[in-house]
Amino acid sequence: MPALFRPAPRLVRHLLLIVAGLFMLYPLLWMVSSSLKPEELIFREPGLVPTAVTAENYTQGWDALKHSFGYYLWNSAVITSLAVIGNLVACSLAAYAFARLEFPLKKMWFAIMLGSIMLPHHVTVVPQYIVFAKIDWINTIWPIVVPKFLATDAFFIFLMVQFIRTLPRELDEAAAIDGAGYWRTFVQVILPLCVPALATTAIFTFIWTWNDFFTQNLYLTNSDNLTVPVALRQFMDTGGDSSWGPLFAMSIISLGPIFGFFLAGQKYLVQGVATTGLK
Amino acid sequence: MTLSPAPAGTTEVPVTPPEKAGASHLGRLKGSRSRSQAWAAYLFLAPWFIGLFAITIGPMIASLYLSFTDYSLLSEAHWVGLDNYEKMFVQDDRFMTSLKVTTTYVVVSVPLQLAFALGLALVLDRGLRGLSFYRSIFYLPSLLGGSVAISILWRKIFGVDGIVNSFLGLFGYEGHGWVTSPDTALWTLIILHVWTFGAPMVIFLAGLRQIPQSLYEAASVDGAGRWRNFRSITLPLLTPIIFFNLVLEVIKSFQSFTQSFIVSGGNGGPVDSTLFYTLYLYIKGFKNYEMGYAAGMAWVLLLIIAALTGVNFLMSRFWVFYGDEK
Repeated sequence: MPALFRPAPRLVRHLLLIVAGLFMLYPLLWMVSSSLKPEELIFREPGLVPTAVTAENYTQGWDALKHSFGYYLWNSAVITSLAVIGNLVACSLAAYAFARLEFPLKKMWFAIMLGSIMLPHHVTVVPQYIVFAKIDWINTIWPIVVPKFLATDAFFIFLMVQFIRTLPRELDEAAAIDGAGYWRTFVQVILPLCVPALATTAIFTFIWTWNDFFTQNLYLTNSDNLTVPVALRQFMDTGGDSSWGPLFAMSIISLGPIFGFFLAGQKYLVQGVATTGLK
Repeated sequence: MTLSPAPAGTTEVPVTPPEKAGASHLGRLKGSRSRSQAWAAYLFLAPWFIGLFAITIGPMIASLYLSFTDYSLLSEAHWVGLDNYEKMFVQDDRFMTSLKVTTTYVVVSVPLQLAFALGLALVLDRGLRGLSFYRSIFYLPSLLGGSVAISILWRKIFGVDGIVNSFLGLFGYEGHGWVTSPDTALWTLIILHVWTFGAPMVIFLAGLRQIPQSLYEAASVDGAGRWRNFRSITLPLLTPIIFFNLVLEVIKSFQSFTQSFIVSGGNGGPVDSTLFYTLYLYIKGFKNYEMGYAAGMAWVLLLIIAALTGVNFLMSRFWVFYGDEK
């Protein structure tokens, strides 16, 4: 490529990227702007800059359902935090065994673990539901949280195995010479070095659980137990097509935590996608 | 059962000749160490094992059994043989519709999504300031795309009075209810899926970084242009990653649920035009409580996904390039 032509295409590329980026984000920006507009302006003005700003959508949406929206946010926060803890604990334990320990049939179990990543959730959901119904776990958080403590999100085991394999084995050996058993090696040597993989796991688990509609809609039906996605859906159904402003306002609030985690954890997110994607 | 690493019965009396005693001692030590390691491994894996059998394999088998029954949560399960499967493929038009809708969705949206992902990855690979900023912007939608909030937004954007129509109105195009018309409703979901191309894009970017710069330098010595570079270096070396993304996205998009549930208001409408497979499974199993039937659908889904993945792997021989081939 002749050097002469470089600067101009570079500028053009920037311009194109900015236009494309705006185009991508336009729906989101429009939702933010709409949530601040008085109801009657939302569909009259497709533009982003509101001619009149109001917080009314937020106050109205906050109290539109049986409980205040904060109540549902709290429910979601509880389930999501427990899911994160469960995945961190259970998946790192399993990952350490797969990455560092020898045991009979290891290859077979590892293959089963990988296979379970691809397994559609639906093929187990019907019997799971029946069992959870029999033991009275419907309308509790357990059907959502307990599987996380049993490392059923095998994707994260895989992610951590990949990560632990990159750590030098000399560390384990040094710990063994110091008389550390497997547990101490795991807790004091491996885990502290796994922070990037743990962070990736935490962020993805957070986002996926926060967004998860299928399971939460299935198990949480009592109006006192709703989480954010289920509450939003109910709001859409009951509010109908009349109250888009408040619905948008609550939608924005529901996306807030994801956006926050995205900003805080960009590095880990991108790393996580890239490492599990490739190696 | 106790967890002691060396059960009493297994301690053997050394019978080896003296000159080999040292080696055998070491061997025994190694043996007991590997036994204790195996025990440790099983303890570390205990939660996963419980989950595997109680949450995954057990229910899978139960689901297979249920698929041969008429179980409905309220009544006992009666063995009905292949009735559920026969109903699916012979009588149930909605089942066939859901299969067709989902297939169309996957076949159209996955290649489009991957094309966008690859295109932007190429642009965002190197040579510009602020690349990580752009990457984040294009990645963001794939984090939000599965949420109820975005589906709600989509429903409104493509509504009769949504911004898509206001935009098209600028060109004198008459308003159209994209979500409420059976001809176009599925397309709004396809667009939503394409919109989330950020995740495969990031995987492509990681792949691009592994292509040695020296190849391009050598090619430019030979006078290769950009298009030639792309055709002869980038694309072949990227085929394993395109393949990986393809397999992953096909599996994932075949199971899409939230979008079709929310955008259609829970019934796959209008006229079943957005009735995704998993949505129909949900309606059958958890609205109508035809759980035997839903379990059968789940197994058919598993087989479809396995078959698609198998086909993908078979086809990959013809187009995926692995560096070590001669």
